[in-house]
Amino acid sequence: MSTAPRLTALDALHRSLGATMTDFAGWDMPLRYASERDEHNAVRTKAGLFDLSHMGEITVTGPQAVELLDYALVGNISTVGVGRARYTMICQEDGGILDDLIVYRLQEQEYMVVANASNAQVVLDALTERAAGFDAEVRDDRDAYALIAVQGPESPGILKSLTDADLDGLKYYAGLPGTVAGVPALIARTGYTGEDGFELFLKPEHAEGVWKALTEAGAPVGLIPCGLSCRDTLRLEAGMPLYGHELTTSLTPFDAGLGRVVKFEKTTNEGRFVGREALEKAAERAETAPPRKLVGLIAEGRRVPRAGFSVVANGEVVGEVTSGAPSPTLGKPIAMAYVDAAHAEPGTQGVGVDIRGTHEPYEVVSLPFYKRQK
Amino acid sequence: MSNPQQLRYTKEHEWLSDVVDGVATVGITEFAANALGDVVYAQLPEVGDTVTAGETCGELESTKSVSDLYAPVTGEVVEANQDVVDDPSLVNTAPFEGGWLFKVRIAEEPKDLLSIDEYTELTAGN
Repeated sequence: MSTAPRLTALDALHRSLGATMTDFAGWDMPLRYASERDEHNAVRTKAGLFDLSHMGEITVTGPQAVELLDYALVGNISTVGVGRARYTMICQEDGGILDDLIVYRLQEQEYMVVANASNAQVVLDALTERAAGFDAEVRDDRDAYALIAVQGPESPGILKSLTDADLDGLKYYAGLPGTVAGVPALIARTGYTGEDGFELFLKPEHAEGVWKALTEAGAPVGLIPCGLSCRDTLRLEAGMPLYGHELTTSLTPFDAGLGRVVKFEKTTNEGRFVGREALEKAAERAETAPPRKLVGLIAEGRRVPRAGFSVVANGEVVGEVTSGAPSPTLGKPIAMAYVDAAHAEPGTQGVGVDIRGTHEPYEVVSLPFYKRQK
Repeated sequence: MSNPQQLRYTKEHEWLSDVVDGVATVGITEFAANALGDVVYAQLPEVGDTVTAGETCGELESTKSVSDLYAPVTGEVVEANQDVVDDPSLVNTAPFEGGWLFKVRIAEEPKDLLSIDEYTELTAGN
């Protein structure tokens, strides 16, 4: 069996740009092109261009497509209008999170589910299995799409010059078909950076042309190519969870502080959906006796907390860091961590992170660390 | 300040300058700086510390990871680069110049320091 990494349609282009590549979920992806800090700052102040072709697209179609999604996922997909998108999750029977997803409603009876690269097969298998008994088809479309994201305050202006789509009419968390640089694309106003921006789902053979067109249109306003490294610091500043860090099968959406994505009042299947019973209990537990809460931590010093490091108070372990990085925007190390409820209030004194044996002081804050001015 | 041609190297990607009056300057190579990414924190040995060849004497933290800093020789630290402590990005922008890390009075030198050619061969293909 070959274990060679998968390559995106833009692989040769990344290498010609001198990208440092990294293995991510079996894909060879750009980590950074030059300085990840410059890339981060470009997205915050100008624009950045990302290859996200490793994400997993699954198409769900048919007369009962929405019934299937309402049953398989925790959200109320019935209320998503054509051309809109919804952040949701797929859970196990025991309520554990299998993945977080974005579901786009492309047509009356056609949905595109976008899964994390590391979970694409798991989500595909679960949807296929859960489709039994529904008049709906689940199709693996991972190879049908390349995905390019342009993110940052200059992104609407850059994209406008290349598309016939009405971007002003395109709301956040909406997607519509159009053309970009003369080729068909699904244009979605979504992203994972905390900035305004767009994700463009294209045929792989069109990816290079669109990338080059965006590079050319964006260069005058400061757009640069960006890798996964800055994507991680951008999403961390924006307080967005990452599967495998803040979200795992051992946590329910309520444990992750994202109980709002679970909708018990569904209009289809008489309210039945996978994980319902377990999630009802998790909701009650979160209300009455939450074990740990997801918080933000800001370092007073300069040493960086990493995933897995212990959060401490009075010499006791009171939590665990799930993601940590130096924040280019704040100029200090930041982290997300699950912390015992007793120490989770913003402003709690005496909280530290064990960084290789030294307890470094941290300030407990509410998430996100960064919110863009609209 | 330093010309890579004249330096000697370790397998752990430190460089060592010419020895003047028993003192040499230590830094990390451009190859290592590139591999680390943006360095955001440098913990350097302090003046008066004794460092031992091949053993850790500090750490360099970048966006993605933390790496140990190894001493290329045994000796006493006579100066640490405060500029790098204040602005760790010097390690990325000028690894052979303003981004030097510390100066050491050499007590003992290992025999396996590498020439530029040997170091280039070590890092070729990476």
